[in-house]
Amino acid sequence: MSENKQENFFLTVDNIKVPIEGERNILEVIRKAKIEIPTLCYNSELSIHGGCRMCMVELEGRGLVASCSVPPVDGMVIRSNTKEVRGIRKTVLELVLANHHQNCYTCGKSTVCNLQQLAKDYGINNIRFKRREKESPIDVGLCITRDPDKCILCGQCIRMCSEIQSVGCIGFGFRSSDAEVLTAFNKNIDETECVGCGQCTQVCPTGALMNTSNIKDVWQYLNDPTKTVVVQIAPAVRTAIGEPFGFAPGEVTTDKMVTALKAMGFDYVFDTCFGADLTIMEEATEFVSRVKNGGTFPMVTSCCPGWVNFAESFYPDFEKNLSSCRSPQEMFSSVIKSYGPKMWGINRKDLKVISIMPCTAKKEEKDKDKFKIEGDPNTDFSITTQEFAQMIKECGIDFRNLADTPFDHPFGEKTGAGVIFGSSGGVAEAALRFIMDFDENPPAEHDFAFKAVRGMEGIKSAGIELNGQKFNIAVASGLANTRKLLNDVKAGKVSYDFIEIMACSGGCLNGGGQPTSKDRDYKLKRMAGIYKNDVDQKLHKSQQNPDIIKLYKDYLESPGSHEAHHKLHTHYEDKNLKKKYGVEK
Amino acid sequence: MSESVVDFDVIAKILQKHKNDPSKIIPILQDVQKEFRYLPKDALLYIATTLNIPPSKVYGVATFFSHFTLEPKGKNIIKICDGTACHVKKSGDIIKALKKRFLLKDKKVTSDDGFITVETVSCLGACGLAPVIVLNDEVHGDMTLDKVMKLMDDLEA
Repeated sequence: MSENKQENFFLTVDNIKVPIEGERNILEVIRKAKIEIPTLCYNSELSIHGGCRMCMVELEGRGLVASCSVPPVDGMVIRSNTKEVRGIRKTVLELVLANHHQNCYTCGKSTVCNLQQLAKDYGINNIRFKRREKESPIDVGLCITRDPDKCILCGQCIRMCSEIQSVGCIGFGFRSSDAEVLTAFNKNIDETECVGCGQCTQVCPTGALMNTSNIKDVWQYLNDPTKTVVVQIAPAVRTAIGEPFGFAPGEVTTDKMVTALKAMGFDYVFDTCFGADLTIMEEATEFVSRVKNGGTFPMVTSCCPGWVNFAESFYPDFEKNLSSCRSPQEMFSSVIKSYGPKMWGINRKDLKVISIMPCTAKKEEKDKDKFKIEGDPNTDFSITTQEFAQMIKECGIDFRNLADTPFDHPFGEKTGAGVIFGSSGGVAEAALRFIMDFDENPPAEHDFAFKAVRGMEGIKSAGIELNGQKFNIAVASGLANTRKLLNDVKAGKVSYDFIEIMACSGGCLNGGGQPTSKDRDYKLKRMAGIYKNDVDQKLHKSQQNPDIIKLYKDYLESPGSHEAHHKLHTHYEDKNLKKKYGVEK
Repeated sequence: MSESVVDFDVIAKILQKHKNDPSKIIPILQDVQKEFRYLPKDALLYIATTLNIPPSKVYGVATFFSHFTLEPKGKNIIKICDGTACHVKKSGDIIKALKKRFLLKDKKVTSDDGFITVETVSCLGACGLAPVIVLNDEVHGDMTLDKVMKLMDDLEA
């Protein structure tokens, strides 16, 4: 249907006339009239499940219908809050709650739980049905914790994992009253092909899927006076950490974060944007050297651990395409653990590095043996933005009204190139800002933006010209988009020289460890916050970062040097699923 | 790697018969179950990784249909219909007696010695012959407790 054709189509909901503009169901049309239709299983980005029956409305001529599953038709007359509709919603909530754990006090999702909120909104003060007792074991994985007793079978996690991420490590198992959301053979999540992206925890309306918490581990180090505790904060955290404290999505609160961390007792507070700048130095140098020496193309970024896990499991043939660069977290932790002890006159074992990330997959990345030295991890613990917010609350810190504190030295300086790592397209743009300086006519200083790789699109592409040679660049976010792009590359349908991939759609700003948002435009707002923060920086190119220049001068010699390779690069494994599950012929 | 009890060549042949088509997952699982008398875990993982569908999805299909079993079945299989007509004609008594005879309980449907699997099914579509049982693919109608026990005696003889 063309948009023109629909121009004069309307439906009426609760006496409000609303235009139909290509929505896939009446639910989306009704929401435009600023009437909130409650849902537990509906998600505008996923396919329609129609399972929870919370979105029932009365449609004239047809009676009660699930508004998520009825396409809009001109002239429909809908009532969304009749006595009957309200009664059904209450009954649905009572039935769901009878099947639920109900231990809200001790649940990590309390106050941000969709089910709890609806129970409150609909005034459920009594559940007429007997609670069904279940005692399923809790599966604590490195990235994700599954508590099946809190699951309400809405299936959002399953659709997220298979439709948006094309991983599908969880699915419905069994049937009827025995139905459960399970991994294959109900294995622990860490024993499956789960990439750790944590997007399932973002859509879970209850506490059935959550970020695995390492808060206790961090406090243990902070409470130990013999330990020097260093923390690094990722770019995307600053654009979302304010949300649990009443800031709008995208309101950047960098300097308040530093104040809060100092108040908690961290000895040094550093910015992972520095690690991102370092990544660009190495990754862009690697690209330039592949061009010069004829390496494997397309070169694909490796800063996203969810994507690296996905590549190792599903695209092992891309091993040589992956950049050998470690992620900014691992580069920075390696630098801190390598040179920190000398700088501060302490033993390595007394130096603890914590990272605050928008990401759950970083928890698994930091646990890999290749990022440990004699068993001692370079990053001791990685916590998410959600956990960071929890710690701020535990300390009684009034985050909204905190004063500003700058980052510590010697790794305190950053550039806008490091900041935009938090958004899909940011790594590609930051690399371009480096590479284009090699052109015989480098762009003007104020001309640092490459807007073609920005935005929320799943697959973006751009072309550049460097010393007369053309290069094609692609950017993908979300692993289903990634799969599509890589399959096209393999089939020879498209050809690229450089590909940036982020596992979560929109990039790290929508990471699995970010606070869940009720704002339907939160991704765009956080993205705008990141690019605004880039403009606010003094410097915009990684190669201009004075602390980076000094780091190379003092320790790492030059980008791509032997020392840099030893400290900042890595290798990959073939973890194809037949091998993983031991079913090779 | 092949420490598995499953011969992957056998499964590969079944998959080829179905042209490695993921939409044929149900007939594929039926053929595999016919071959092994149950669905071994490694067989499901091999099928999933060969057809490029998530193992969780294959597991979901295998656990959804009661026809499929992930545990080895007994040498003999007896299905007792407990549809409405058979239920009214006291199929419940037959089920109870068989469970007692072979020391079975709710979810334990196969005897310890692997001699027999006792299954209840919803309706076999032969309500005129109620109560109906199927013993090793042979239908027996108008059953009584005595007739069933006689069949079991013969089976064990």
